[in-house]
Amino acid sequence: MNRVLPVLTVLFAILVIWYGAAVILNRAWVLDQAARSGTEVGFGQMLHETMTQERPVLPAPHQVAKGLWDGIAGQKITSKRSLVWHAGVTLSATLAGFALGTAAGLLLAIGIVHNRAMDMSVMPWAIASQTIPILAIAPMVIVVLASLGIKGLLPKALIAAYLSFFPVLVGMVKGLRAPDGMQLDLLRTYSASQGQTLRMLRLPSSVPYLFASLKVGIAAALVGTIVAELPAGATAGLGARLLSGSYYGQTIQIWAALFAAAILAAVLVMLIGAAERATLKRMGFVR
Amino acid sequence: MSWQGWAAILFWALALALNVQIANRYGNARWARVFVPTLFGITLLVLWQGLVRGLAVSPVILPAPSDIAARFVQSLPLLWGDFTQTILKGALSGYVIGCTTAVLTAIAVDRFPFLQRGLLPVGNFVAALPIVGIAPILVMWFGFDWQSKAAVVVVMVFFPVLVNMVAGLAATDALQRDLMRTYSASYRDALLKLRLPAAMPFLFNGLKIATTLALIGAIVAEFFGSPTRGMGFRISTAVGQLDLPLVWAEIAVAALAGSGIFGLMTLAEKAVTFWHPSQRGR
Repeated sequence: MNRVLPVLTVLFAILVIWYGAAVILNRAWVLDQAARSGTEVGFGQMLHETMTQERPVLPAPHQVAKGLWDGIAGQKITSKRSLVWHAGVTLSATLAGFALGTAAGLLLAIGIVHNRAMDMSVMPWAIASQTIPILAIAPMVIVVLASLGIKGLLPKALIAAYLSFFPVLVGMVKGLRAPDGMQLDLLRTYSASQGQTLRMLRLPSSVPYLFASLKVGIAAALVGTIVAELPAGATAGLGARLLSGSYYGQTIQIWAALFAAAILAAVLVMLIGAAERATLKRMGFVR
Repeated sequence: MSWQGWAAILFWALALALNVQIANRYGNARWARVFVPTLFGITLLVLWQGLVRGLAVSPVILPAPSDIAARFVQSLPLLWGDFTQTILKGALSGYVIGCTTAVLTAIAVDRFPFLQRGLLPVGNFVAALPIVGIAPILVMWFGFDWQSKAAVVVVMVFFPVLVNMVAGLAATDALQRDLMRTYSASYRDALLKLRLPAAMPFLFNGLKIATTLALIGAIVAEFFGSPTRGMGFRISTAVGQLDLPLVWAEIAVAALAGSGIFGLMTLAEKAVTFWHPSQRGR
């Protein structure tokens, strides 16, 4: 209760501000319409009209909720107007890319921990590449790959993979180095091979780090997929839905797609969080 | 494959052997720490150049580094114009506004534990969302010029900085706060002399995350509409004209700007948080 009440208060405040902003931003259009038809609008009438426009500047929360509900429950799942279908397209590319990026990050991290030359040459570049706004060129990668005849899921998954790769790499290098000298020495006294040390000590002790970076990685993969869906010509996915909404001024559609993406991100992060708690509990990290 | 390709592969093998030798023998020396990654970077460029030339890859798919460098030098004024439009006007102004508001909000929130408990989970949640998606809405509201890009950047950098700053302001331990109380320090004194300095490592962590986000926000927002200059605009139109060297030149500018701003932030962090264990003893 101590934690729920403040969160609910903040959410309520956001809702109130949102309604207020909707009235203020949409008022100009209502007044304009009234002036054209030569009628006066009272305050109550104006409030009502700011919340029921077809293409408001800022849709009121209940309009977005209705748009979201229509998109999720009001359509057949196979319909192109169904947000579930679009979210499914985005989700499949996100998951494919996430799996690819995580696997690559894991492998490279294992290589880096075991090979000094690799560590010294790759790590500085891996960290430096974090400062490059690589996401911004995602649409270009899509177009170039499409001109090579590679279309559909793969190009989007590649960008998602690239984005989820670095958090996993950096986190896992840290995690695989987490065992302290005493534990490593113990395994050496057992004359354990490098492979055995990796399997029995390094990998288990890196699990908390792995989950922390997986959470960052899946959020990054989703953002990457959505941006990758932006280039003109894409017709499926939440990113394409955002773009077509912005072309035709369908603000409610944009907001609904945005919230669908937010829900998707939250569900993915929560799923990994649940897996994290269950795994760490069984491994004895949490007491 | 022609001779350039084989030469590049030979160079790669030699450089790899040299790097392994140096890493194993002089791994702890300072010069080796600079030399090994530099040689690795050069090797990648040589390999890229040699393979593109050797396999005669079409420049429409992947231009060679020398083509990109030539295009870069040739279109410097164009690139500079795009740089001022996107980075200086869009990203930097948004970055400054967003980070300042986030820090001020964090200080305000910090006075009320109730707000802090409420805002922190919400902020953490929002920080993980695909906020770039808000770009089309803000472009609709603020027009095509740099103001809308700055607005996207403000929203994108706000939450990471806010979350880090709130965590930073809570980072002092009870002993330190008790000490301030025994000095009968006012809220302002305690804030200025203890809690703000203690929050600085956290703040810089947030600021560094925000630099990349700011560039991404400014460039992606241009895909939803922009005047006829700017890096995002140039990238999307140059792709349309299959002028890939120009696209890569823009990417090089973005990379330079990104690591430049990040480097500035690291320098500022070193100057401000020189007392922190992570900055000492190097």
